[in-house]
Amino acid sequence: MKFKALINIMPHKELLDPQGKTVKKNMSHIDIDHVDDIRIGKRVEMILDAKDTIDATNKVETACKKLLANVIMESYEYSISEI
Amino acid sequence: MKFGVVVFPGSNCDHDMYHVFSEVLGQETVELWHKDTDLKGLTKDDCIIIPGGFSYGDYLRSGAIAKLSPIMKSVSEHAAKGGYVFGICNGFQILCEAGLLPGVLLQNAGQKFICKNIYLKTTTKNSVLTQKLDTNTSIKIPIAHADGRYYIDDAGLENLVKNDQIIFQYATEGNELSNDVNPNGSVSNIAGICNKGRNVFGMMPHPERASEDVHGNLDGLGMLESLVLG
Repeated sequence: MKFKALINIMPHKELLDPQGKTVKKNMSHIDIDHVDDIRIGKRVEMILDAKDTIDATNKVETACKKLLANVIMESYEYSISEI
Repeated sequence: MKFGVVVFPGSNCDHDMYHVFSEVLGQETVELWHKDTDLKGLTKDDCIIIPGGFSYGDYLRSGAIAKLSPIMKSVSEHAAKGGYVFGICNGFQILCEAGLLPGVLLQNAGQKFICKNIYLKTTTKNSVLTQKLDTNTSIKIPIAHADGRYYIDDAGLENLVKNDQIIFQYATEGNELSNDVNPNGSVSNIAGICNKGRNVFGMMPHPERASEDVHGNLDGLGMLESLVLG
């Protein structure tokens, strides 16, 4: 079976996100004011073979934990669907 | 002590490290290709150098892909046996990603790539790298990085302090710690640390770029000589 995982990785809230801070500061240049906060993370789309949803979830969880995210600085969440 | 310099795709300080240990310090030095697992006869009394650069183009996170290279399994085993491992700049990032050192290196607080001389306070003499350095005098060493903001949570920082694992901190020329001279927003001005076993070291500044007369700065030589003494 083939699955598609959509993975969102975000820097922890308590950490300074210099990219987000700079983008927020420049919103006024496109006439968007009063932006409270912008934080920038990553989105990963992963297509994989797995026996079933549980197998796919285990693989995606391992990928996140061991490579895609560094839990010292980032958190992650994902959704998985059969395709 | 023999030295092995690991070469990843995108390493760019590997030849500098090879040159300084073999030519300047006269030590037997070999290059270790990242796809190999063979440490070319290095024993636990020898030192593996993880050099600076941009391994794998800093894809995903600095050091995140390099930690998966076959040589890193051998590096971890070497470290577990008590062998010395020294990571500089991207090497420090790789060692943190590989879990051989605690914490992580984040994007500089000011978002810019910084390339300049900074001053370091030697925080402890209790390591093979700093045993010959003077904790009362600063040393001038260049930095060149975009992801050098050392971060560790409060509990982790407490452990680093308790175990005397902080080896270098960004300081003034007069050797005083100050936020004003913290170039990248690192926690507690941390520029370099060691592991609990005191055999794995990481630092963002580049001592190999301050180790010959032609550099106009010899402040980096002391720690490299200290390491050679073992």
